[in-house]
Amino acid sequence: MNPTMTVSRRDFIKVVSVAGGGLMLGFRIPAGESIPADGILEPNAWLRIDTNGIVTVIVGRSEMGQGVATAMPMIVAEELEADWSNVTWEQADAHPDKYGNMTTGGSMSVRNFYTRMRTAGATAREMLIAAAAKQWNVEPSACRAEKGMVVHTSGKKLAFGKLVKDAATLPLPTDVKLKDPKDFTILRRSMPRFDTPPKVYATARFCSDMTVPEMVYASIERCPYVGGKATGFDASKARAIPGVNDVIEVNSGIAVIADSTWAAFRGREALNVTWDRGPWSAQSTDTIRAMFVEASKTAGTSGESKGNAQESFESAPTKIEAVYEAPFVAHATMEPMTCIAHVKEGACEIWAPTQSPQGAQYTAAQILGLPIEKVTVHVTLIGGGFGRRLNSDYVDDAVRVSKAVGAPVKIVWTRADDMKHDWYRPGTYNVIKGGLDASGNPVSWMHRVVGPESRGLVMGGSTPPYDIPNLLVDYHIKETGVRLGAWRSVGPSQNAFVIECFVDEMAHAAKKDPFEFRRGMMEKSPRLRRAMEYAAEKAGWGRTLPPGVGQGIAAVESFGSSAAQVAEVSVKDGRLMINRIVTAVDCGPYVNPDTIRAQIESAVAMALSAALKDEITVQDGQIVQSNFDDYRIFTMKDMPAVEVHIMESDEPIGGIGEPALPPTAPAVCNAIFAASGIRIRRLPIRPDDLRKK
Amino acid sequence: MSSIKFTVNGKSRTVEVDPDTPLLWVLRETLGLTGTKYSCGQGLCGSCTVHIDGEAVRSCVTTASLAEGKAITTIEGIAVNRKHPVLQAWISEEVPQCGYCQPGQIMQATALLRKNRKPTDADIDDAMGDVLCRCGTYLRIRKAIHVAAAGGGVK
Repeated sequence: MNPTMTVSRRDFIKVVSVAGGGLMLGFRIPAGESIPADGILEPNAWLRIDTNGIVTVIVGRSEMGQGVATAMPMIVAEELEADWSNVTWEQADAHPDKYGNMTTGGSMSVRNFYTRMRTAGATAREMLIAAAAKQWNVEPSACRAEKGMVVHTSGKKLAFGKLVKDAATLPLPTDVKLKDPKDFTILRRSMPRFDTPPKVYATARFCSDMTVPEMVYASIERCPYVGGKATGFDASKARAIPGVNDVIEVNSGIAVIADSTWAAFRGREALNVTWDRGPWSAQSTDTIRAMFVEASKTAGTSGESKGNAQESFESAPTKIEAVYEAPFVAHATMEPMTCIAHVKEGACEIWAPTQSPQGAQYTAAQILGLPIEKVTVHVTLIGGGFGRRLNSDYVDDAVRVSKAVGAPVKIVWTRADDMKHDWYRPGTYNVIKGGLDASGNPVSWMHRVVGPESRGLVMGGSTPPYDIPNLLVDYHIKETGVRLGAWRSVGPSQNAFVIECFVDEMAHAAKKDPFEFRRGMMEKSPRLRRAMEYAAEKAGWGRTLPPGVGQGIAAVESFGSSAAQVAEVSVKDGRLMINRIVTAVDCGPYVNPDTIRAQIESAVAMALSAALKDEITVQDGQIVQSNFDDYRIFTMKDMPAVEVHIMESDEPIGGIGEPALPPTAPAVCNAIFAASGIRIRRLPIRPDDLRKK
Repeated sequence: MSSIKFTVNGKSRTVEVDPDTPLLWVLRETLGLTGTKYSCGQGLCGSCTVHIDGEAVRSCVTTASLAEGKAITTIEGIAVNRKHPVLQAWISEEVPQCGYCQPGQIMQATALLRKNRKPTDADIDDAMGDVLCRCGTYLRIRKAIHVAAAGGGVK
């Protein structure tokens, strides 16, 4: 047996031999952590196998409904050749490096960890095979792993559980071979999700459901003025509310500390707070728009440029110009923000529904002046993420209040808090121009984006995927004070609306079919073109439709995947009916087809909500909306049929949480045009927009 | 503070609460039954749905005093029967994503099926139309209700 081991350039591997035959090889063994002494095989940070053959996969990303808690185990279990009925999962606590980057966003969990998790499973498989071969005194090459057992060509079998003790004594293998996808029995199957039964039986605990011993509740009254702050408060009535223990000022507002959520909410209602209205108190949606319009009149900072867009536009025989607008939108997760923090002497323990466990750890460490390793962050199930939980503001709240009161604290946000203190998807104002030559080919594209203070959020996805010889995308960033953040699909969520609708306008100006028009300029985007062709085929693009019914198409490359959609709508007497949305997606290798379908249904629902309902507005320096009566979101009644086609593809692995969102609004708007001749250039679509002038 | 008595999931419970306390918080924090969820606090979203004397009711806008003497069923009461057709359909159709709204969805669906053994899509839209789901699981909820109905329905 060759005892050589590789130490990768990043990993520090420590071999410890333990009485009872257990071997722990890990990236770093934290001081004071107990080493399991009863024969657990733990060859890396990602899995443990015990003597009963139970395989626990440690998931280093946050489960927020996107299915990562099942997807990661599927990847490991496939290569491990585990018996799926013996596989379970465990959420990893935050750690600076043991689990790599733990930030859950950008549709990157499966795609960043696919190969790593396969290798982790294959490594354990080879160790188990080596252990069996050693026991049987045979060649490892005469053995294979299959459904939780190692099997020899002679028919001899040993269950994984019987091999872990011996396997744990063996060196880590190098160069493990990964399976041929044609041999997959777990991957590419719709394995039932681990989190489904607990969520159905209501045994699943969200952070908002948790309590810890001695815990108190706290709810913070925040300044309703964007950028404002408290200048004074009268807590006398609040303190008189039964159940209210204390009222203190923290950096984000006035915290009412109570022995129940309801008492904390009542305490806040009884507060009298004076507010400094801050620098944005005269701002409104109208003033923001006026500022954007003014900015759009001059050249912006160049984002992307090719050829001479201005000159080619001026000399183009056909010129099209339009203004497109998209609003600020809120995340509106069904579980409002919450967090539990217990600040102790020299340490802190946190339970957080976070998409950024390491960010939460860092936030607490900074506030408390503690080394990172003294901050424990337990990642809870998340009642809706969509990018909202990438921020650590609710962690900040909980840590500060816990520190102030000297007890564990659960911070509870009301729905109004959540609606008014979000990190919003930026609203943008877009001036867009296109030039066509005499044959109707696009020769010039000029898109000026005006948005609030986040270039990254505003400009993401602003480069069209089309071969247009002259192109200029420029931008103005204007200050608004409104808090901005990543909202599911980020930049593409508003830029794809502009691009895919305007390309459609150019197609119609060229008197060409919008599908063929795009197809003719996608030589540099073959993967996206194939997805678009597939969607068109599956939707029966081009067939004769009755009057008032139309099809619209949109194709968007984002987060490593190609997604194309055909929307079929009818517009009658100013009423829009969306009959169906047909989606084709190429995400390369895929893990769980049913989860992919679910993610696409989900993305389409959220996209349609943003196309037809969602809108955050500002008035007198305040966010106007407060609850689901004035911030309307999609309901079951609104939901059309969604057809999903997952393409078989040899392309590199892409994401799936977000890519199906950007094409939806433009596909629908393009379909509205086809059905009615009405061109939508502003979201959300209002009933008046659908009445012919 | 008042002494308020009602039945929860078949058990008689007496709680000492301000009678104006929403039933939602009595269930979640006084009784520790956290299956019923807080999401809007204004009866707009349905996450807090329970059954009171068999009817679907939004517990966040129902005071403890209004619930006095009544028989309340929460998701925990439904889930005692793991083989409940609605729960089984929710699992077989892989309905939940984040899962936060699902207890409310299940409570509303169960109440519907008790009254209407074979609801049409329009019946389902009417009954379920204002139980909100930000993850957009609506198509699967509708399908699961049909599956549960086809399987013999709910008593």
